[in-house]
Amino acid sequence: MKAELPAKKKTKVRNIQTIIVIYSIIALIMSFDINKIRQDFPILNQKIYNRPLVYFDNAATTQRPQQVIDALNRTYTEYYGNIHRAAHFLADKATLAYEDTREKARNLINAETREQIIFTKGATESINLVAFSYGETFIQEGDEIIVSEMEHHSNIVPWQLMAERKKARIVMLPIDDTGRLLVEKLDSLITDRTRIIAVTHISNVLGTINPVKLIIEKAHARGIHVLVDGAQAVPHLKIDVQELDVDFYAFSAHKMYGPNGVGVLYGKKELLNKMPPYQGGGEMISEVSFAGTTYNELPYKFEAGTPNISGVIAFGAAIDYLQNIGLETIASRENELLNYATSELLKINGLRIYGTQQEKSGVVSFNVEGIHFFDLGTMLDKFGIAVRTGHHCADPLMAHFGIQGTVRASFAFYNTMEEIDRFIDALKKVIAMF
Amino acid sequence: MTINEIQKEIVEEFSAFEDWMDKYGYLIELGNELKDLDPKDKIDQFIIKGCQSRVWLVSDFQDGKIIFRGESDAVIVKGLVALLLRVVSNRTPQEILNNELFFIDEIGLKQHLSPTRSNGLLAMIKQIKLYAVAYNRISEKGD
Repeated sequence: MKAELPAKKKTKVRNIQTIIVIYSIIALIMSFDINKIRQDFPILNQKIYNRPLVYFDNAATTQRPQQVIDALNRTYTEYYGNIHRAAHFLADKATLAYEDTREKARNLINAETREQIIFTKGATESINLVAFSYGETFIQEGDEIIVSEMEHHSNIVPWQLMAERKKARIVMLPIDDTGRLLVEKLDSLITDRTRIIAVTHISNVLGTINPVKLIIEKAHARGIHVLVDGAQAVPHLKIDVQELDVDFYAFSAHKMYGPNGVGVLYGKKELLNKMPPYQGGGEMISEVSFAGTTYNELPYKFEAGTPNISGVIAFGAAIDYLQNIGLETIASRENELLNYATSELLKINGLRIYGTQQEKSGVVSFNVEGIHFFDLGTMLDKFGIAVRTGHHCADPLMAHFGIQGTVRASFAFYNTMEEIDRFIDALKKVIAMF
Repeated sequence: MTINEIQKEIVEEFSAFEDWMDKYGYLIELGNELKDLDPKDKIDQFIIKGCQSRVWLVSDFQDGKIIFRGESDAVIVKGLVALLLRVVSNRTPQEILNNELFFIDEIGLKQHLSPTRSNGLLAMIKQIKLYAVAYNRISEKGD
């Protein structure tokens, strides 16, 4: 039993705690040297149309630090060979480096074992893999898959393809106008035919951070599996798949400062073992004869053919880079950028932000009354500012808001407050042109 | 004026602008000045969908000439549509088919024709040529 502290002592403890928190924040800020970080990203230090580049399209793809570029280069110049297959020095070294990234990825999301980290070519392929292979084993005619209204097309279409094949049904989990997922509706949407829920961790348009842990708890209570699209989340939040108890988690290296063409699928072992291979080829087999083939173990069962060897190896360098800065530092830095950009944007007349949830990551989508998003984007580009315009591969979400598209600015830890000032200044000038 | 004379005239007009701000300012002006289509023409049948913006293109065939009308929901694209209409509208199908559209490239707005821009403009030019082919066939039959 804990003894109650007298009130005076309580205040003193609280004061000390506050001081510790303040000091840790200062220490965090001190350790984060933005100039040094920007030097790590050679592509950022250039001029576009004679103006310094402001890269605010990080939710589409991030840029790579020199460390990742060097790792790619090193692979090709020092130890490139085909992995897992040969008994020579180069192949051995490449295999070790490749498998080293698997361990790093395991550690990054705190997966139970390295076998549960499957390399794909991106989050899209990870989701397609699950939709196909999980569908083969677990989905019967008349079954239902719940997909949220805010999903990227890559977390809608693979399920539709599977549903068509299996004569299953897609059920939509709606959102409200602030960009909040109506999780309370899950109880009424779940039926005894519901098999899996597919939901994004962070919306690529609204920035909403979804309460995936709650969704997973609700689903598991009814014996339903959950796939989380973590493409937008892994670069910004500390992910712990065991704590989430998630069944499948998909993400992409190119959105986390790594090479493009590399992705990860994490899955629960008992589910992955029950699922048939997604593709056939080399590596994924145990024995092949024309009478029949037996499949390799996890994770190789799902990694047919020669993978993106150099990409995966360099992805290891990206994970190191992220962890060296620290995901807590990254999250707090991006939050500052988001808050500043949001407050400056809201000062502009006729500007509407889509996605106004408290729990939000560094993405801000907006439109300006009377001006088409394409016109805004085209002109901002001329000011050296790279933002995304269009439907962001989320047509159902656009339909929810009754719009054709938005302008989206998305931030990374290497962005600065001065860049936001430059962006706001350019935006005002652009608006005045119309 | 021939199709190429008009194109040269546009190139001349744009050469007067010293920087991109003026150039785009002029495009916006042209876009704002272009008469909107009749709502009854802004239907799916006439839409050319781009990933970024939508373009509507309507055509009539009168006295051997094609009359084009068009619009876009984005003003910059609408400005480019206005320029295109100035070049290709009220022309015979033969004139459209036998001449290259070079002015967009020459006024330094070629990026708007790149497939990555997906603003419907490239598709619009293709559609104009298709109309020309179709009307050409009609007029040949009529002879």
